[in-house]
Parts: sequence; structure tokens; C-alpha cells
Amino acid sequence: MPEWEAVIGIETHVELQTNSKMFCGCAVAFGEAPNTNTCPVCLALPGAIPVPNEEAIEGIVKIGTALDSTINKDSLFYRKNYFYPDLPKNYQISQYTFPVCEFGKLEIVVDGEPFVVGITRVHMEEDTGKSRHVGEDGRIHDASHSLLDFNRSGVPLVEIVTEPDIRTAEQARAYGAELQRIVRTLGVSDARLEEGSMRFDANVSVRRGPDAEFGTRTETKNVNSLRSLQRAITFEIDRQTRVLEEGGEIIQETRHWNEDKGVTISMRIKEESEDYRYFQEPDMLPLEIDEAWQQRVKAEQPELPAQKRARYVGLGTDAHTAELLADDPALGGLFDQAVQAGANAKQAGIWITQEVVAYLRREEKSLVETALSAAHVAELSEMVSAGDLSSTASKDVLNAVLAGDGTPREIAEAKDLIQISDSGFLEAEVDAVIADNTDAFEKLAGGDMKMIGFFVGQVMKRTGGKADPRLVSEMVRNKAQG
Amino acid sequence: MPVDIDIAKVAHLARIDLSDEELAQYGEQLSVILEYAERVSALPTDGVEPTSHPLPATNAFRPDVVTSSLTNEEALAMAPEAEDGYFRVPRILGEP
Amino acid sequence: MTDLADLSIVEAGRQLRSGDVTAVDLWEAAATRIAYTEPHLHAFLTVDREGALATAKVVDAAFRAGEDAGPLQGIPIALKDNMCTKGLATTASSRMLEGWVPPYDGTAVANLRNAGAVLVGKTNLDEFAMGSSTENSAFGTSRNPWDVDRVPGGSSGGSAGSVAVGSSMGAFGSDTGGSIRQPAALCGVVGMKPTYGLVSRYGLIAFASSLDQIGPFARSVEDAALLLEGVAGHDIHDATSYRGEYPTLTDGLEKGVKGLRVGIVKELMVDAIDSEIRAATRAMADKLSDAGADVVEVSLPSSEYALSAYYLIAPAECSANLARLDGVRYGNRVPADTTDEMMAKTRAAGFGPEVTRRILLGTYALSAGYYDAFYGQAQRVRTLVRQDFATAYEQTDVLISPTTPTTAFEIGAKTDDPIAMYYSDVCTIPSNLAGDPSISVPVGVDTRGLPIGFQIMAPALGESMLFRVAAEVERLAEFSARPSLAVSKETV
Repeated sequence: MPEWEAVIGIETHVELQTNSKMFCGCAVAFGEAPNTNTCPVCLALPGAIPVPNEEAIEGIVKIGTALDSTINKDSLFYRKNYFYPDLPKNYQISQYTFPVCEFGKLEIVVDGEPFVVGITRVHMEEDTGKSRHVGEDGRIHDASHSLLDFNRSGVPLVEIVTEPDIRTAEQARAYGAELQRIVRTLGVSDARLEEGSMRFDANVSVRRGPDAEFGTRTETKNVNSLRSLQRAITFEIDRQTRVLEEGGEIIQETRHWNEDKGVTISMRIKEESEDYRYFQEPDMLPLEIDEAWQQRVKAEQPELPAQKRARYVGLGTDAHTAELLADDPALGGLFDQAVQAGANAKQAGIWITQEVVAYLRREEKSLVETALSAAHVAELSEMVSAGDLSSTASKDVLNAVLAGDGTPREIAEAKDLIQISDSGFLEAEVDAVIADNTDAFEKLAGGDMKMIGFFVGQVMKRTGGKADPRLVSEMVRNKAQG
Repeated sequence: MPVDIDIAKVAHLARIDLSDEELAQYGEQLSVILEYAERVSALPTDGVEPTSHPLPATNAFRPDVVTSSLTNEEALAMAPEAEDGYFRVPRILGEP
Repeated sequence: MTDLADLSIVEAGRQLRSGDVTAVDLWEAAATRIAYTEPHLHAFLTVDREGALATAKVVDAAFRAGEDAGPLQGIPIALKDNMCTKGLATTASSRMLEGWVPPYDGTAVANLRNAGAVLVGKTNLDEFAMGSSTENSAFGTSRNPWDVDRVPGGSSGGSAGSVAVGSSMGAFGSDTGGSIRQPAALCGVVGMKPTYGLVSRYGLIAFASSLDQIGPFARSVEDAALLLEGVAGHDIHDATSYRGEYPTLTDGLEKGVKGLRVGIVKELMVDAIDSEIRAATRAMADKLSDAGADVVEVSLPSSEYALSAYYLIAPAECSANLARLDGVRYGNRVPADTTDEMMAKTRAAGFGPEVTRRILLGTYALSAGYYDAFYGQAQRVRTLVRQDFATAYEQTDVLISPTTPTTAFEIGAKTDDPIAMYYSDVCTIPSNLAGDPSISVPVGVDTRGLPIGFQIMAPALGESMLFRVAAEVERLAEFSARPSLAVSKETV
């Protein structure tokens, strides 16, 4: 029998960080006192009606464009009807047929292999309020009562739904990570999983090999990090496989990821498919995102992470360095400017992703809090290329620049780290050492290459350690070979 | 044509707690009204687009500007129950 | 001497500006009228005596300072109790919202306050504007001022009755299927539903969002136009608010109907319409013809399905609009062990039978498996109704018909037969489905002495034409009868 194969689809909710909410002027803010950012609209007081935020529509068009989607010129808002206390209107304004974006795709790379995830749709909706369950350690079933905060009610929410194209937990994680990078690059959301401004639901099923029918799927919620997305899916694949191996059946249900125990837990069995009674939102007019709007967003689209990584690799960095630089706008920006100022890309990439990152971590600082500029990096790179500075010394100089001790050259001079790379001068030194050590030189000339080190060491001694050892070594070798 | 209605299910969807007697009564009334309303199906509408809105316009937007919210006191002023700045409700069973 | 409560808005405005009367005088006249009519009429759920007097004093100071915000400054105006008023209870005649005080003003209300109107109070309606008689109010039925054993019509029955007796000089209601025009007809006043989108719905407690429209009640066509001018305008808080140029309302009132093409709607002149009403409609059509209009018969073939379509569309929208009334954030709550039970019990206790019926109906019409046969089909019929109107307006400037199939009926006569009650709106519903403006003007009384309304309909944004024809109808009708309740204190 063929091996078990997982079939995975991801639904992602991204809160857009607009100034104001989706349908009213209340501020979008995180962590404020409960029920202080509410108004008649987002509390659903009688008589209050919604008006959509133009910037939120702009945000979803940006996301859809970045995901290579078709942007529908005409799209509609619908009411999705269900009663739940965190949903003030007891319907959510969402989209149904005619979402803003459809038929997109996102390419990810796992273990060096590119992989395309189809995007079914990207649609606009609104967030709910938050409930806190009181009593019995806050678990919903044992709570004595619940408390509701509607600050989050009506925050613009974009839902991104994939095709069931994903096959492994690693791919799912890579998809989630890439989507997070894109959303951040677009500047539409900080996409923080731990704060809930980005949330994943994973639909997982397993089947016997790629030709088998899809199995019954479960939907796993409450995944608060990329790591737990991968863990939760891995757990769910293993669980489903075990159940089926033992002759059991998978029940279509919603499951919660329990981070502490590392398991998914059944929340509720869907007895029947929900009857949301979708109908077109009569308080709202249709959306019309015309060609000009679509073209403008496309033209204004910033360089996406994948484009940036490819460009960095093209400049000479390795793939890992490229990823690190592309992931961090500050570091990537420094890198871009340094290269533009003439720095060697490979060298600059390594300095920035290794030395600079280590310094920032050690000092618990951000890049802007240091004295380092792109011009410094370029200057440092030039000094190393010119042989004025050894690559070992360059790291010390870089750290001193970060600490604000001066420019690379000032520091190198002050610390007396400038190398002698004047070949005429060095040749004279080499000749002098050979003249003083004729026996040793004969051994070298006889083929004992280990003696190179001795001669280099002698020259370094005579020059107080400032000679460029690379150059000296080369000269000694040439002389030995006649 | 008699209309078949699962009135208990409809009442549950609408979150209205009705007694069996009330359900039976509403079920009957709904049948009568729906039979009348069903006259709409007599009209041939092949190829007719539905009208969901009388205004032939699109894109009514609001600029992304923050306006003043209600204070916590104003928001909770009419709450049946409140606690520590929150709206208080009995325990919630299940997920949405 | 005319009692100040019986003045038109136009005349009261003249006297306010000449200094003959003050806003406080007008308010006191209204208050006196309220005092002796309300025990019989029950038009109001709340009378804001303190607020009205305070506003009247502020307005008088403004007049003295030469500040004039326009024709509604100092005019006592009543509001249907589904229009949110900051600091003043707004119940929509529902137990669910008994005692609810909104923390905000709806846009129409805010516009009236800015215009210096003296808001006298909140008028009775059928619960959440669902009904044609005010019998569905949780707080008692309003009475018809022409015969207190009869209904004033609905759902804006309180506003209609108040204007008829002079306990307000003008009033506002909302019209979803005829809820302004039908009670206006039954109470013998002018009632007008504007083009959808002309008046902001922000702060109007929603019944059916794609149909609801706020509009005025008045004792004259010109007053109605002035009232509408006071509230119409684009509103950033309502996405469905009209964004183009607004029609002028009072400019054409003197122009008459000479050369205008007037279509009398064949399907609304059938046997199901009371013969006296048909006769009065026909007589007015003849007078318009004599006045120079070209009166022709036109057909709105889909209109007989309009009522059915309406009773699917409006309940469907209301089933979602009223979902927010769940006992969580405001309103009354029936305690229960879980939130889900609390919501279901709260809603069962809070909604009256008609509202419950319509929520269930709408929930069903939207549910899986039935959507297309009911709601979807109703929306396609709505398209056909609009196409019928479009065709009719190719050859006419306005359409005319009776406003109602009967004059005021007795209290209790139709409460057990929802469909008979729904039929009260048969003539008014087509304009709501089309989103077009429409007005009812009193043209006479039947043999029982009950007023008869005459309906004029115009294409969207055709308010200028609508008021122009309505003004001529008003002149031709010479309707001067007043309900017994309004005539004098001694008669009651």
C-alpha cells in the first residue's frame, strides 16, 4: 500500500494596521483598557451602520497583488449570520461570492526545492471582540461567566485561503513564514502571531498516496507561532494516521492546539454544516477596483522578499545570508546602501548578518541606536580589499565602529592595525630575512613548504605584525620556487 | 402549494426560544405567508439580474481617520451587566 | 383667532421672524394640544418637555441675536421612536429596548437640532416599524384622530396622528413599505417618502436596510418640502447616502401641472381597492386633466408581485438587522445559565409576535436550500418592478394611484390575519422596491368621514416634480377638514 500523505490547506487571518477600524472611526490599537475604542457602529448599537475604510481596501488589494491574484473589478460585501457574544451584530460583514482577490499563488522554498501554493481567495472582513472566561483557569467550559471587550471588534481583517496544495508540516511553516514576510514588507500589518494580528487555521487530512481521494479533514485553531503551526500539523498528521491505521475514522471537527501539552484537542463536532444565511450587505455599496487602481498598486508595490533574496544572491551573497538580510528591513537596508557605496556584497553580507547581528544581540540594541553607517561598511570593505586591514582585524574594527569609536580608518590607525602591503618594502624585508637564514631557505627551496610559516613569522616580527601576511607568504613562495 | 418548514430549526437559527405550542403556531402562520409570498415564483425571471440595492453606485468609502470613541462609561452605561470595564455575560458554551 | 398649534410651518416661520410669536409660544401651544389629545390619541411614547422648552428658549435667543438657521428654527417637531436621540429614550416600541437611551444622535436628528427645530418627543410605532396600524407597539396602540376606535395606520402612526391634531407642526417617520404614506393617508395629512439615499439612515433603527427611508409628515405640501430640506443631504456615516447633486424641493410648487404627463396605475385601481377611494382617485385625475395635465393609463405589470417580493426581502433583511438585539451590550436581558440560552430567552421575551414572525420568515427565506426560491427570486422580481417603472416613466412625468386600499380600519380588525394587514401596503410598496420618491396627499373623506389619501410617485431624484404635482393636487383637492380631536378643546 502507498505511504500516508498529508493534505494541508491554510486559512490565514491578517489584521490590517490601519489608523481606524474597518467600518468606523475608532482607533486600531493593541493592549488598551477594555471597551475604550468602541462606538455605536462597532458595538452594534441600534441604528448604527458601517462605512468601509478606503485604506483597508487598499491594503487587501496590496496583499492580493503581492500574491499574484486576480483582483476582481467588482466585488461585494455579504452578511455572514451567526450568533456569538463576541460578534456584536451577530453577523459578520465578510465576502462570499465575488471576493476582492482570487486565483493567486505563492512560491516557497523548502530544503532548496521551490514549491507553489495556490491561493484560492483573499477576502475582506472584520474582526470580532475578545472574550475572557472567568473562573476555573479561564477554560471556556468550566468558566462561571465571561467578560467581553469590543476594542478589537471591527478591526479590518483579511482572510487568505490556500488550495489544499501543502503536503508537509515544513511546507506549511515555510508558507506561513513567507506570507508573514510579505505582509510585513507591504507594511499593511505587523503580523504578530503572539498578539493575534496574524492567525493560522490549518486544515489537515491524510490519504493513502497522491492518487487517493482526500480524507476527512480537521481544522486546527489557536496556533500562536510558526513553530506551533509546524508542531500542530505534525501532531495532527500523526494522530490521523494512527487513528486510520487502527481502523478508526476521522471526524470532521474543529480542534485546538494546546501548546503546553503539544497536542490538538477536539473542540466541537460540527453536527451539520453551518447555515450562515449569507446575503449581500444592504448597508454597503459594491466595491469597484478598476484597472487604474489595480495598476497603481502594482506600480507602487515594494520589492517582495523573494525578489529581494534573488537580488542579494545575484550580488554574491549565499542563500542563507540573503534570507537573513531580506527578513530584516533594517539590516537589508544597511546592506543595500553599503553595496551601493561600493562595499563587496559577500563581505558586507557576512559582516552584517554575523558581526553586526551578534553585536546588536549582545548589546540589546537596534541598528539605529549604533553609530554604524553604510559608508562605514563600504570603507571597511575597501580597506580589506586594498590589503590595508586583515579580515581578522576588520571584525574588531567593525565592533569599534558599532560602539561609536570612529570611522574604520580612524579606528584601524588608532589601534595600529593598518597592514603594510607596500610590495617594495615587504620584498626588502623578505630578502633580509632570507639573507639571515640561508639554511632555512635552502630547506624551503628543497621543497619543505612548512618553512613558509617560519619566514612569514620572521617578517611579521620585523614589521611589528603589520605586514600583510598573505602578501609575504606569496613572496616567500615565489622566491623559493626561484 | 404547502410549504415545508422545520420551524424549530428556524427558531434556533434566529435564537428565539419558543415553546412547542408557539412553534406550532408560528409554523402554521409562516406556511400561510410563504404560500402567498411564493407567488413570486410564478413570474418568469430567467436572465433577470437580482436587485439587492436601489442605488446604482459603487465605492462609498470613509477616509482612514480616527474619530472619537465612546468612553468606557458610555459604552457600558446601558449594559445589562458589566464588570471591570467589560460587558459581562453568562458562561459561553462552544465556539462560534 | 387661529390656535398657534394649527399654524403651518411656513406661517409659523413668518410670525417667528416678525416677532409676533416666540418659539416658546409655539412649544406651549403644542404642549397644550398634547395635554388634551394624548389621553385619547396616544401618539407619543416620550414627550421631552424639558428639552423642548430649553431648545425653544435657546432658539428665541438666537432669533433675538439675528441668528437664523432656516425654516425649521423654532418649529415643534415630533420624531418616530426608531430615530436615535442622544440622551432621550429610543425604544422602537419594543420591550427589548424599553428604557434604552442612545449615546448618539442619528444624522437626521442632528440635522434637525442644527436647524433649530424644537424636538417635542418620540412617537409611537409598530414594533421596529413592522406593521400598518401601530397595534404591534409594545406600549399600546395609537388611535386615529378622526375616529379613536380606528387605527392611525402604521408603522409611523404616532407621527401621523400628532401632525393631524397639531401636537406637533411637523413630524418624521420612516417608510420601508409605506410606513409614512399609509398612516398619512389614514390620518388626513401629507406624508412623503424620499428617494432612497436622500436622507441618511445613520441612527435610524434598521428594519430593512435596502428599503428604509426617513421622510416627513406635514399638514401641507410646502411644509413637507421644508421638513425634507431640513434633513436631506449626503452623510459620511451612511455608505448608501446619495452623493450627487440634491434636487431642489420648494422651487416648483407654484408651477402647476400644465403639460405634464401623468400616468394612473391600472393595477392599483382594481376591485380590491375600496370603491370610494377609487372614485376619489379618478376624480382627482380628472381635475389634474382639467388643470392641463395629460392623464393616461399606465401599467406596472409586476406590481401585483411586489407585495410578495417585499414580504420576502424585508423580513430577510430584518432577520439580520435585529440579530444585534441579544441582551449582551444593551437592552433588557432574561437571565439564564449560558449566554446562548440568555440570548434565546431574551429575544423570545423581547420581541412581539409580528416581529418574531418576520424574523422567522426572513431566517427561513435566507436558509440553505430556500435562498434562491425565495430571497433570490424576490430580488429578481424587484428588478422587474424597477423595469416596469422605468418603462412607465418613458411616457410619463409622474404616476398616480390611491395610497391605501381602504381608509382607517377598526382596531383589531386585521390583527389575526397577517396577509390582510400586509395588503394595506399594496399601493405603497412598489416605490420602496424601486427606491423612488412618493407622496400621499389628502384629497377628501369617505362616507364615514375618514380621510382618503392620493399617492403621487416620481422617478428617483424626481422630488422637484413630485412636490410640484403634489402642490397642485393639494390646491385642487381643497381639503380643509380637520379631525375632531384637533378642532377644539370643547369637543373632547
